[in-house]
Amino acid sequence: MTVVSATSSTTNKVLPHPLNAWYVAAWDHEVTRKPMSRRIANRPVALYRTEDGNAVALADACWHRLAPLSMGKTMEKDTIQCPYHGIIYNSAGRCVSMPAQETINPSATVPSFPIVERYRYVWIWMGDATLADPDLIPDMSQMSSDEWAGDGLTIHAACNFQLVLDNLMDLTHEEFVHSSTIGQEELSESDFVTVREGNKVTVTRWMHNIDAPPFWLKNMRDKFPGFEGKVDRWQIINFEAPSTINIDVGVAKAGTGAPEGDRSQGVNGFVMNTITPETDRSSHYFWAFMRNYALDSQLITTQLRDGVHGVFGEDEEMLMAQQAAIDANPDYEFYNLNIDAGGLWVRRILESMLAAEGRLTPSA
Amino acid sequence: MAATNIETWQSAIVIEVIPVAEAIARIVLEPSLPIKAEPGSHIDLMVQINGESVKRSYSVVEAAADGTRLVISVMKAPLSRGGSIFMHSLIPGTRLEITQPLQNFPLRIGAQRYILLAGGIGITAIANMAAVLKRLKADYTLVYVGRSREAMAYLGELEELHGDRLEVHIDNEGSSLKVPELVGRADTGTELYMCGPIRLMDAVRRGWVERELDLPNLRYETFGNSGWYDPEEFIVRVPKLSLEVTVPQGRSMLEALEDAGAEMMFHCRKGECGLCEVRVIQLAGTIDHRDVFYSERQQRLSTKMNCCVSRAVTSATGAKADAAHTGPAIITIEPN
Repeated sequence: MTVVSATSSTTNKVLPHPLNAWYVAAWDHEVTRKPMSRRIANRPVALYRTEDGNAVALADACWHRLAPLSMGKTMEKDTIQCPYHGIIYNSAGRCVSMPAQETINPSATVPSFPIVERYRYVWIWMGDATLADPDLIPDMSQMSSDEWAGDGLTIHAACNFQLVLDNLMDLTHEEFVHSSTIGQEELSESDFVTVREGNKVTVTRWMHNIDAPPFWLKNMRDKFPGFEGKVDRWQIINFEAPSTINIDVGVAKAGTGAPEGDRSQGVNGFVMNTITPETDRSSHYFWAFMRNYALDSQLITTQLRDGVHGVFGEDEEMLMAQQAAIDANPDYEFYNLNIDAGGLWVRRILESMLAAEGRLTPSA
Repeated sequence: MAATNIETWQSAIVIEVIPVAEAIARIVLEPSLPIKAEPGSHIDLMVQINGESVKRSYSVVEAAADGTRLVISVMKAPLSRGGSIFMHSLIPGTRLEITQPLQNFPLRIGAQRYILLAGGIGITAIANMAAVLKRLKADYTLVYVGRSREAMAYLGELEELHGDRLEVHIDNEGSSLKVPELVGRADTGTELYMCGPIRLMDAVRRGWVERELDLPNLRYETFGNSGWYDPEEFIVRVPKLSLEVTVPQGRSMLEALEDAGAEMMFHCRKGECGLCEVRVIQLAGTIDHRDVFYSERQQRLSTKMNCCVSRAVTSATGAKADAAHTGPAIITIEPN
């Protein structure tokens, strides 16, 4: 194994992804009886549901000639048939029928991956299955709580997953990337506090007595019709390894006690982000915006989803350009600034996971 | 990364060779390109027999977490093909050619219950699985069957590690395994993993079918080197190629035909794939089917055989053999 010093390792522009971790494979509604294919952590996976409704993930390559099982069809109970020569596998990836012989070859299996459905997502474990403990799934409880409403979408981001994490751990970019919606100069000017505990990192930023940017003014007026005036704004970024970042965001009427814990005079949202490496240079970025007011308004759910979708489109464009620049400048590493503290703690945590897997390399 | 089925050859240094049971050696290897070895994986290894390099497969009994040490165990089998005699001659410092850990016998995590069945040297494929199930606190029973206590490798270590979960059956102590009773304990939530002599595995398979349990839950690995009968020298005739070849005790029919210049089709060379099938035209003796490709019905017909592992034997040992015939068995075939 290559030995890398802790100080130099965090300057790696992009990282390989840990394998011994839960990643979101799909939204729960995406996985149906009709098989689908999705590349996760560099590996094509066939996803489908059994007759009983359980999600199944098999390597998307038949044991025989590697034909994609996702092009085949689901059969009785939990089985799927290869579209090429009709070999049938069960949900454990064991062959249950070989059409051209009376017996079953004892080696005929395809890898199956542990699956857990939680928080409206289907989570998958691509690494050592003996370590797949469901208690390690990151907390995204707002997604399935009665006290929160909202919806989200998936971005196919043409960049290494680490760049998305960097982007979410430092929100000063909002001032420049999202100037028409959530950006404002106070983001870069205000102080922030970074705390790392175990495999979690929190970055907290408060902006006191400021004008609400357009996105937040609209939300305030949804809850407080006709609202005018200054607000206190917060962003509390919560990272949980390997790649889930839930951001507690909101504004409240200035001076009504939000920093001390009384958010009743404000609006609160959670931006739920979880990023799944697709390849070393592309990611599935699952996000949702959850709110705790006007819970029964589909109008607001849709407006918020579409609004955030527009904002995130700006991030996507930047991340894609950044990945292209990284590829075009192989001889230059990153220069890190104080605003990168959160992102660098994330990298430190990911590097320790990779080291435990024996997969930490000097550069990816 | 995890075990694969791609043969990547590398060198390995022999670190230790110690006896662990009657005629069984524990061999510790240090591979030059270490990768993690999953339970159920094996390595292929080049052995030297009469100056010739030949490939043999050995299960990984245990391995360091990062794969820097691999342990295999080999039983000296004078009647088999000669690889084990070479392996028993190894000394520390010897350099061998080995593959990365290969995986054809994966352990599935998450079954309700497990029965692991090892017959004799078959423990090499099973021990690693048992250790993982123990670590996962799974519901498992490890059943270890042997002729005598002295011939059972790792018995003491397994007793210590698995306690009540280990069930031992020893022929010369009168505690032989009753296969129907064992299979009777399995239900639809049970997965049974086994490695051992073909007679044992066949008995379990019959019991499994009789109980109408799901066949995919019966997991086994065969390296094709155990038969119903001891190997004998026999003669194979191939009229189409004007060949008559003697197949010695330590060589397969496929190898003997290749040696004689016949161009043969094959793939797995362990009785699984069926590619080396030949048609049997005439038979003086009986066929010792050692493959898992044919169904029982097809094996009973004996109109075809997988020449990579299956052999012909004379009447003296074959229960269904032609009693009138003496001398070596003679089989006349047409190759595919």
